[in-house]
Amino acid sequence: MKILVPVKRVVDYNVKVRVKADGSGVDLANVKMSMNPFDEIAVEEAVRLKEAGIATEVIAISCGPAACQETLRTAMAIGADRGILVETDVELQPLAVAKLLKALCDKEQPQLVVCGKQAIDDDANQTGQMLAALAGWPQATFASKVVVADGKATVTREIDGGLETLQFALPAVVTTDLRLNEPRYATLPNIMKAKKKPLDTVKPEDLGVDVAPRLKTLKVVEPAKRSAGVKVADVAELVNKLKNEAKVI
Amino acid sequence: MSILVIAEHDQQTLKAATLNTVAAAARIGGDIHVLVAGAGCAAAAAQAATLQGVSKVLVADAAHYAAQTAENLAALVLANAAGRTHILAPATTFGKNLLPRVAALLDVAQISEITAVESADTFVRPIYAGNAMATVQSADPVKVITVRTTAFDAVAAGNNAPVEALAAAADTATTQLQGRELTKSERPELGAAKIIVSGGRGLGSGENYHKLLEPLADKLGAALGASRAAVDAGFVPNDYQVGQTGKVVAPQLYLAIGISGAIQHLAGMKDSKVIVAINKDPDAPIFQVADYALVADLFETVPQLEQSLG
Ligand SMILES: Cc1cc2nc3c(=O)[nH]c(=O)nc-3n(C[C@H](O)[C@H](O)[C@H](O)COP(=O)(O)OP(=O)(O)OC[C@H]3O[C@@H](n4cnc5c(N)ncnc54)[C@H](O)[C@@H]3O)c2cc1C
Ligand SMILES: Nc1ncnc2c1ncn2[C@@H]1O[C@H](COP(=O)(O)O)[C@@H](O)[C@H]1O
Repeated sequence: MKILVPVKRVVDYNVKVRVKADGSGVDLANVKMSMNPFDEIAVEEAVRLKEAGIATEVIAISCGPAACQETLRTAMAIGADRGILVETDVELQPLAVAKLLKALCDKEQPQLVVCGKQAIDDDANQTGQMLAALAGWPQATFASKVVVADGKATVTREIDGGLETLQFALPAVVTTDLRLNEPRYATLPNIMKAKKKPLDTVKPEDLGVDVAPRLKTLKVVEPAKRSAGVKVADVAELVNKLKNEAKVI
Repeated sequence: MSILVIAEHDQQTLKAATLNTVAAAARIGGDIHVLVAGAGCAAAAAQAATLQGVSKVLVADAAHYAAQTAENLAALVLANAAGRTHILAPATTFGKNLLPRVAALLDVAQISEITAVESADTFVRPIYAGNAMATVQSADPVKVITVRTTAFDAVAAGNNAPVEALAAAADTATTQLQGRELTKSERPELGAAKIIVSGGRGLGSGENYHKLLEPLADKLGAALGASRAAVDAGFVPNDYQVGQTGKVVAPQLYLAIGISGAIQHLAGMKDSKVIVAINKDPDAPIFQVADYALVADLFETVPQLEQSLG
């Protein structure tokens, strides 16, 4: 079976972004970009399924500008077999990405799509669920354990009160949570090998998908700042302040 | 024309997040209908009818809604979407799982985790782990929205809205719930607690976490939370995690103990009213958001704090 893994190029998770003075967005000039951390976990999971003899091919897909090729190469260095870049300079929103992925699912006929649960730039947490809806497939979001056998998946999900386990027939969409696995580091030989793996480029028009944004961003501002606090010398002073100044205990 | 709020509940009672979501709906303005889908969920529906601002409660009671799967609930919401201006659910794992599926079936965008309503089509939401706030406008015919519950004060009870039965949609029979392992606790729910005692890697072990923080939480009537590092290290279960990718909380008092204050952690707690940090590293970033900073060893100061609360 084939597994498709969508990988998004995002601002690295260690970067604290700055809002542009004109309120038009965040400043992305010269900022370090990386693969969305949840997508690394997704690639790792797919590659493990291949290593276990359950999957036959792992295809990484990234939608966005030409620079997403880097993200695809990273996915291939972890172990994806090939990459597809859906190239566009249009700002992509989750519904548009889901439609692009749906078109590629029609073409590639995977049995499983493993997405990240959330892109750490837009913090949308939507694309996997939307793809499942468009494809009419089952979904298991926020997965912390995935077992595939006999055309079925059994997935443990992290929910607010604890954990739940769902079982469903493939094809399906799974989205990853942080504790699903610990992605491996790409070794130098694998990075070199990844450079030779096939990488195809298509355009949204080739897939017949209208990617025009549905939401318009009117402005982007900094969040309210907290005013600087005070140092307390010891527990007695802390308790006194909490009781008499903040009045919260 | 009306707003549809999808209730999150456990058949008996509404999850507190539902009350905040109704509050967000009230900000938008218009008739508010609350959908309670479940199996044997009459009690939850009766509670929904008491919420201020609700004009009608719709109950879909059928065996195939017991597990609340996204597949079955999305089909039900879709069948009842006509005439809705907005469809809202809390931005909890329940709402995040469900609403994107609904939005895609309606071919509209979904707007995640709104923190403010500017007008019927314009909303504010955090991006980049809350390091920026975006104001977004939707031109879609129906706005499908998840609500950050900490940004809207829960509506009160005291209403008596009519309750109407709704026909169930067909069972999609796509997924089977095999089981749930829910964390049992006598403590308040993390999302609704007034005081949260949260521990990080600095506690060193699960044993220390429980030994030091539980007595303190007991004295304060507080919920317990944790950083991702504490969860990863196995000190506590996953549903304790506060942060960008865990729970977002905004209690009256948040005590961060042995937590460094990574961007991803701050994203989940920096809207708390009062923040206390106990950390032995004076340069820990948590101190940049703390109202009261105690630079000290937690193994000494946490027991002292517990003692002095009498
Ligand atoms: C995609 C992604 C998503 C993430 N999401 C989240 C999230 O939702 N929530 C989250 O919390 N993290 C999240 N993280 C992880 C985050 O980046 C940090 O790694 C994590 O928050 C660190 O946890 P910590 O503060 O407990 O541990 P550390 O950073 O190791 O800090 C431990 C602190 O304890 C202090 N300490 C040690 N001993 C003592 C002592 N005896 N007395 C007093 N202080 C002491 C140290 O000085 C230190 O500051 C995410 C990371 C990624 C990549
Ligand atoms: N432009 C993109 N290219 C590839 N995958 C994407 C893209 N946008 C979102 N995804 C996938 O969808 C997941 C959730 O993203 P989001 O819904 O934006 O939070 C990500 O973790 C990726 O797996």
